[in-house]
Amino acid sequence: MIRFEQVTKRYLSKTALIDVDLEFPAGKIIGVVGENGSGKSTMLKLIAGLLRPTKGRVLVNGEPSHRRIARKVAYLSELETYYPFFTVQETVDYHAAQFGDLDRKKAWEIIEFMGLDPNAKIKHLSKGNRGRVKLVVTLARKAPYILMDEPLSGLDPIVRDSIIKGMISFIDLDYQTVVITTHEVNEVEPLLDQVVALREGQVIKVMDLDAFRSNEGMSLAEWMTNHYAGHSPLKKQGS
Amino acid sequence: MKDSFKHSSPIYIQLADRIKRRILRREMKPGEKLPSVREMAVECGVNPNTVQRTYSELERMGIVETRRGQGTFITEDADRLEELRKELRQRQIESFVQSMEEMGFGPREILSGLEAYLKEAEGREKQ
Repeated sequence: MIRFEQVTKRYLSKTALIDVDLEFPAGKIIGVVGENGSGKSTMLKLIAGLLRPTKGRVLVNGEPSHRRIARKVAYLSELETYYPFFTVQETVDYHAAQFGDLDRKKAWEIIEFMGLDPNAKIKHLSKGNRGRVKLVVTLARKAPYILMDEPLSGLDPIVRDSIIKGMISFIDLDYQTVVITTHEVNEVEPLLDQVVALREGQVIKVMDLDAFRSNEGMSLAEWMTNHYAGHSPLKKQGS
Repeated sequence: MKDSFKHSSPIYIQLADRIKRRILRREMKPGEKLPSVREMAVECGVNPNTVQRTYSELERMGIVETRRGQGTFITEDADRLEELRKELRQRQIESFVQSMEEMGFGPREILSGLEAYLKEAEGREKQ
């Protein structure tokens, strides 16, 4: 389980998260949604131990998050962080050397599923295939927590579909929990158990999607349009 | 089963309805094994937890049974499947009649309209 206890994160000139109190239950796929700059990526980086809270605590399995939490957390960055001169296979080997839980057999299966050439150099891959490689090294790890920052952003519909299919095929919710930030809410909605909606650094709603569908009868995208365009008064978490 | 889902009701219920319809149309036969949770999730593009919930719901209704270590199978209980057929028919009729009543049609008009429609549809099929 991941817990945020009264977490505030301030950067030099701006506050990214304000007083966030939140629990991510285990064994679920949880979507973090919100506009640009609402604090989604900050939330993921705090869980991954890449940032430290200004106030409050972030706990992963009861342990305060720090850089070495990376052993338990597989983090997919929204940036391109891989060495361009490596091949796909070398990228997998490199990550296997960093993370003891990387399952090479599984990596191979995902490479095959994604139709990637293991001998192609990263710098020669299309943007879509670089997105697929990120998925390979993230999902091949047997980490109990998988964090994905905008895995679909800027990719064409075919690549997005293969990434979504790859996620469903290679995540094991019996022992893994997934937190994913995204703007592609329509495509990701059928995957999600739960949604955390952020606005200007605050959690405005945590919802169970089955209950949301029964009660609201609208899509998540419609709900967001209503709540981010200022049609509705700011709702506090749990309302 | 790749069609998209409606936003008005939980996906696990919509998925259960789709499976029930396939059983009634005999696209899935009594005693047949359902795809594994993961296969079904990939096929429909939904969360495996959702499929698990669908299977549990169908099991609770006595439409499928889970055999430990083997998977989930459609019941061979013919009575239960016949009952399911009647339930779904009843549900559809109820919602149809309710809509007609909301538009002010009485029982006689509903019935005559339905008969005329079916006769016409039958005629079209024969051509």
